[in-house]
Amino acid sequence: MIEKKKGSKANLIFALGLVVLVFVLEQLLPSSSMLLTVIKKSAIYALAAVSMNLLNGFTGLFSLGQAGFMMIGAYAYAILNVPTDQRAAVYQYFDGGIIQFSITEGISSVLGNVAGLIIGVLLSLVVAGLVAAVFAYLIGLPVLRFRGDYLAVATLGFAEIIRAFFQWDKLGPITNGSNLLRKFTNLADFNIKNSTGQVIINLSTTILVLIVAACIMIIAMMINSTYGRSFKAIRDDETAAEAMGINLAKHKMTSFVVSAFFAGIAGALLAMYQTTVQAAPFKTAMTYEILLIVVIGGIGSLSGSCISAFIFVGASEWWLRFLDEEKYNILNTHILRSGFRKVVFSVIIMIIVLFFRKGIMGENELNIAGFGRWLKRLFTGKKKPAIETEAK
Amino acid sequence: MKKVLTLLLVAVMLLGLCACGGNSNNPTPANPDPGTEATDTIKIGIFQPASGDNGAPGKQETLGSQYANVVQPTVEINGKTYNVELVIVDNESSNDKAVSAAQTLVSQDVSVVLGSYGSGVSIAGSDVFGAAGIPCIGVSCTNPQVTLGNDFYFRVCFLDPFQGTVLANLAVDQYKAQKAYVLTKLGDDYSVGVGNYFKNAFEKLGGECIVETFQEGNSDFTSYITKAKNEGCQICVAPISVEAAALFLEQAATQDIGMPILAGDTFDSNVIAGVGKGKNLDIYCSTFYVEGGNPEFDSNFKAWMESDATALANNGGNTTIAACSVLGYDAYFVALEAMKKAGAFDKDSIKAALPDVEYDGVTGHIAFDENGDAIRDSAFVKHLNTETGEYELFGIQQVK
Amino acid sequence: MQWIQQNLPYFLAGISVGGQYALIAIGYTMVYGILRLINFAHGDIFMCAGLMLVYLSASLPFYVSIPLVLLLTVLLGFTVERVAYKPLRKAPRMSVMISAIGVSYLLQNVALYVTGGLSKQYPAIPWLSDTVTVFGALTKRVTIITPFLTIILIVLLVLLINHTNVGMAMRAVSKDFETSLLMGIKIDNVISVTFIIGSFLAGVGSLLFFSNYTGVTPTVGAMPGLKAFVAAVFGGIGSVPGAVIGAFIIGICENIIKAMGWTTFSDAFTFALLILILIFRPTGLFGEKVTDKV
Repeated sequence: MIEKKKGSKANLIFALGLVVLVFVLEQLLPSSSMLLTVIKKSAIYALAAVSMNLLNGFTGLFSLGQAGFMMIGAYAYAILNVPTDQRAAVYQYFDGGIIQFSITEGISSVLGNVAGLIIGVLLSLVVAGLVAAVFAYLIGLPVLRFRGDYLAVATLGFAEIIRAFFQWDKLGPITNGSNLLRKFTNLADFNIKNSTGQVIINLSTTILVLIVAACIMIIAMMINSTYGRSFKAIRDDETAAEAMGINLAKHKMTSFVVSAFFAGIAGALLAMYQTTVQAAPFKTAMTYEILLIVVIGGIGSLSGSCISAFIFVGASEWWLRFLDEEKYNILNTHILRSGFRKVVFSVIIMIIVLFFRKGIMGENELNIAGFGRWLKRLFTGKKKPAIETEAK
Repeated sequence: MKKVLTLLLVAVMLLGLCACGGNSNNPTPANPDPGTEATDTIKIGIFQPASGDNGAPGKQETLGSQYANVVQPTVEINGKTYNVELVIVDNESSNDKAVSAAQTLVSQDVSVVLGSYGSGVSIAGSDVFGAAGIPCIGVSCTNPQVTLGNDFYFRVCFLDPFQGTVLANLAVDQYKAQKAYVLTKLGDDYSVGVGNYFKNAFEKLGGECIVETFQEGNSDFTSYITKAKNEGCQICVAPISVEAAALFLEQAATQDIGMPILAGDTFDSNVIAGVGKGKNLDIYCSTFYVEGGNPEFDSNFKAWMESDATALANNGGNTTIAACSVLGYDAYFVALEAMKKAGAFDKDSIKAALPDVEYDGVTGHIAFDENGDAIRDSAFVKHLNTETGEYELFGIQQVK
Repeated sequence: MQWIQQNLPYFLAGISVGGQYALIAIGYTMVYGILRLINFAHGDIFMCAGLMLVYLSASLPFYVSIPLVLLLTVLLGFTVERVAYKPLRKAPRMSVMISAIGVSYLLQNVALYVTGGLSKQYPAIPWLSDTVTVFGALTKRVTIITPFLTIILIVLLVLLINHTNVGMAMRAVSKDFETSLLMGIKIDNVISVTFIIGSFLAGVGSLLFFSNYTGVTPTVGAMPGLKAFVAAVFGGIGSVPGAVIGAFIIGICENIIKAMGWTTFSDAFTFALLILILIFRPTGLFGEKVTDKV
C-alpha cells in the first residue's frame, strides 16, 4: 500500500514536471512551432481517448458515441462564451440569437479580467461537461441495456442524431444552425500581453496541458477507487460482478456519464483550440480516430492513451507530412503526392492492430517510480533486487 | 518488456525534440537582413483544398497562383531581386483540418497567404493566421464573415450578399419568377450564405422561397428535385459545391427538372460544364471572369497548361479557364504589389501596405474597402451552352 | 392520377435505394451471423467496387469491365478477410471490430490517394442509365431494375443457403461455431464463402447505386454502409429476408421523410429507427422466427 502511495506521488510529480516542461518549451520556441500545435491537439485527444478508455477499456462497454459528446461540450462552451457585442455578427442569419450573455464576460465584469477569464473558462468547461453528462444520462437510460455490438451501433446512431439536431435551422437562434460559431474565448486569451498588445508570456499551451492533466488525474483517481475496481469486475465478467453485489446498471451508468463528462470537456477544449465550432466535423470518423488512439496506446492503459495521442497526432499532422510533398520523389516517380501520408499512416495502424494487439502499454501504466529505480540501477550497475521480482 | 517500452518512450520523446530542433534551426527571420543567403527567397503560402468537396476547384485556384509564379518568379524590392517560392498546403475542404494546415504554413514562416477556395476553411484558418500576424488574401471565399472583424484578411473577389442579389435580380428580371427553390448544404458557409442572401433579396422583390438542406455525403437528390417540381417553383437556386452539384445536375436532367438552375461562382467549373453537356438543363452562374476577357492572358495560360501534364490534370484534363484560376493569378500579383509598396516582405510591412494596394488585374481593377474586401460592383453571368459543353457570357449584372 | 405523378418519384427512389441497401445489408448480416462481427469495412468495399469500374471502364468495354470489377471486388473481400480478420479469430471480439475499422480507414485513404481526393464521374452504362417514364414520372431504368434484380439475387441466395452443402455448413456455423468445428466443417472456407457472397452482392449493389448517383468519392460508402447495417439490425441480424425487408423499409421511409420537408433529419431518422427497434424488439423484425440464419 505504501508502495502505491509512493507511485501516485511520483506520477503527480511527473505530471507536474511535464507541465513545467511544456511551459519552458512554450517560452523558448516561437509560437508558430509545430511542436506546440501538436502538443495542444494531442493533449485534447489524450483527454478524449482517456475518457473513451474509461468506458471501453475499464468498464468493457463498447461505445462509439464519443464524437457526439465532444460536440455537445464544444457547442455548450461556444454558445455560452460568444461575447455579447459579437453575437450579432456570429448569429448573422438568426438576428443575433436568443442567448445574450457570455459567462466569461459576465464574471469578468464582477471580478475583473484575469479572475473572470480563469473562473469563467473553468466554469464554462464544467458546464460543457455537465451538459454532455446530462445527454449521456438520457441516452444511457435506453442504450445501456443493449449488449456489446448493439451498444456500439446505438451510441453511434445517437451521435448522428444529435449532430442532425445541432444543425437544424429551427434551433438556429441557439446553435447558429449548421454555421460556424466563433469569436468565443479561446486559448490565445490566456497569453499575458503588455499594454501594447504584444505577448510577453505564452500560456496558451501550458494552461491547456494543465487542464487536461488535472482531468486525467481525476479519472485515474476514479479508476483506482472502489468504483474503478467495480468497473473492471464488470468488464471481466458481468455475471460474476453482479453476484459479488455490484449494481450493474448503476455502475455502467456512472461510467457512461463520467466518460461523457470528460469527453464534453475535451470537446470544449477542442473548440478553444480550433477557435471555431461546427457540427459537421464531429462525425463517426472522429470517434474512429479516438478509438484507434485508445487501441494503439493499449486498451485499459491511461498513460498508453496519452502517449499514443501524442504519437498519433504528431504523425498524422506533422512528421509524415513530407510524404505528401512531390519534391521528395526519387527518380521522377510520382509515388509521393497528396494523400500518401494517410496511406502510410493507415498501414502502420493496421500493422499495430494486427501484430501488436496490446498496443504500446498493454494494460500497464507508466510506472514512474519503477522507472526511477530502473535509472538508479542503470547508473549504480546493481542487479535487480530479488525482493522486487518476488513482489511482481 | 518494461525496459523496451521505456526505451521506446524515450525514443519517441527524443524524436519529438529532434523534430522541433530541426524546426527551430532554420526559421527565416521575421525582419529580413538583406545580403544573407537565406533571405533571397520569399515564401508565399497557398492555403487551398486539394481533396474533399472542393478539391477540384481548389486545385484550379492553386493552378492560377502557380502560373503567376511561373510568369513572375521574382520580385524586386528596393532594387534587390528576390525569388518567390510557393508553399502549398492542402486544407482538405474541412474546417477541422484547416487549423493544422494553416499552422503548417505558419511554421514555415510564409510572408503572406493566398486562399482559400471555400469560405468555411478560410474562416477556420483565419484565427491561426491572425494570431501569427500573417496577412491573407482571400481568393474566392465570398462569405462576409471572412474579412469582417478580421484585420488580417483581405480578398480579391466579390461577396455573397452581392452574389445573392445578382441571382435574385436575374431570377426576377429574366424569368419573372415568383417562387424559387433554394438548395443548400448543411455546414457549408458559402452555400448557406448565398442561399440566405438570395432569399432575402428575392423576398424583397416580392418572391417566395422554399429552402431545403442536405447533409454532407448525401448522394440522392431525387426527392429534392421532385419537391421543387411539385411545389411549382419557377427557378432553382443551388449554391452548392462542385462535387454535390455534379450529382444534383445529373439527377435533375434525368427527372427533367424543367426550370432554370442558378448558382454562384462554384458552378463556373469545367466539371459542371462536362456534366451539363448534352443534357436538357438550363444553367446560369455568376462569376468573376469570362474567358476572352483578356485574350493574351487566356492563350498564354492555356499554352502553359498544355505544356505541363500535371497542370492539365489538375485543371480537369482540358484547358478551359476557370474564373477561380484567374483570381488565384490576380491574388498572387496583389501580394507582390503589396511587397513592392511596403518595400519589404516581412508579414507586418505587407499587412500595413495591403489596404492601400491598387492593382489592375485580369479580373479588373482591385482595391480594398475598409473591411479589406475588393470593391467590385459587377458580376459576369454565364449561361451553359449544353451543346458544346462550354459556358457563354450571358450578361454583366451590376448592383450598386 | 396527379397525386401519383407527384409522389411516385419518392417511392421509386425509396424502392431503388432500398434495393441497393439490401444488397449491401446481406454482406453485413451474413458476416455477423457467422463471425459476430460488424464488418465496418463493407461499405468501403462497395465504394472500391465503384471506383474500380471508373478506372477499368476507361480502357475496357463494359462486357469485360463489369465482370472484372465483380471478380476484383470478390477478391478484395476475400483478401480483407484473410489478412485482417483471420489472424484475429481467437482474439476478443472488440479487436476484430477495431481491425474492421482499421481496414475501412485504410481503404478510404487508399481511395483518397488514388483519386487525389476528387469525385470521380461514374460511367453511364448503356441501357441501364437510360431515362424512362413510369406513370408520368421520369427516372433511370436502373431504378426500375433494382428491386427486381435484388429479389432475384436474394431468392438465389436463400436457395443456396437452404439447399446446398455450403449453405448447410453456413447455417451450422452460425448456429454454433465450436460444435461445427468439431463436426469437421472447414470453418475458414465457410467464412471465405460468406465474404465472397457478401462482396459480390456489394459489387452488384455498387453498379446499381452509382448508375443512379454518379459520383464516387472515398467516403461515399460510409453512409450507405451504416444504413445497410441498420437495415440488417432492423430485420433481425443474421436473417437474410429480414435484412432485405429492413432495407426496403429504410429506403422508402428515408424518402418519405425528405418529401415531408425534414431533410436535415433524413440520416438521423434511420438511426432513430434503429434505436427504437433495439428498445422494443432487440432481435429485430425476424430475429427469432426465421430459422435460416447465416
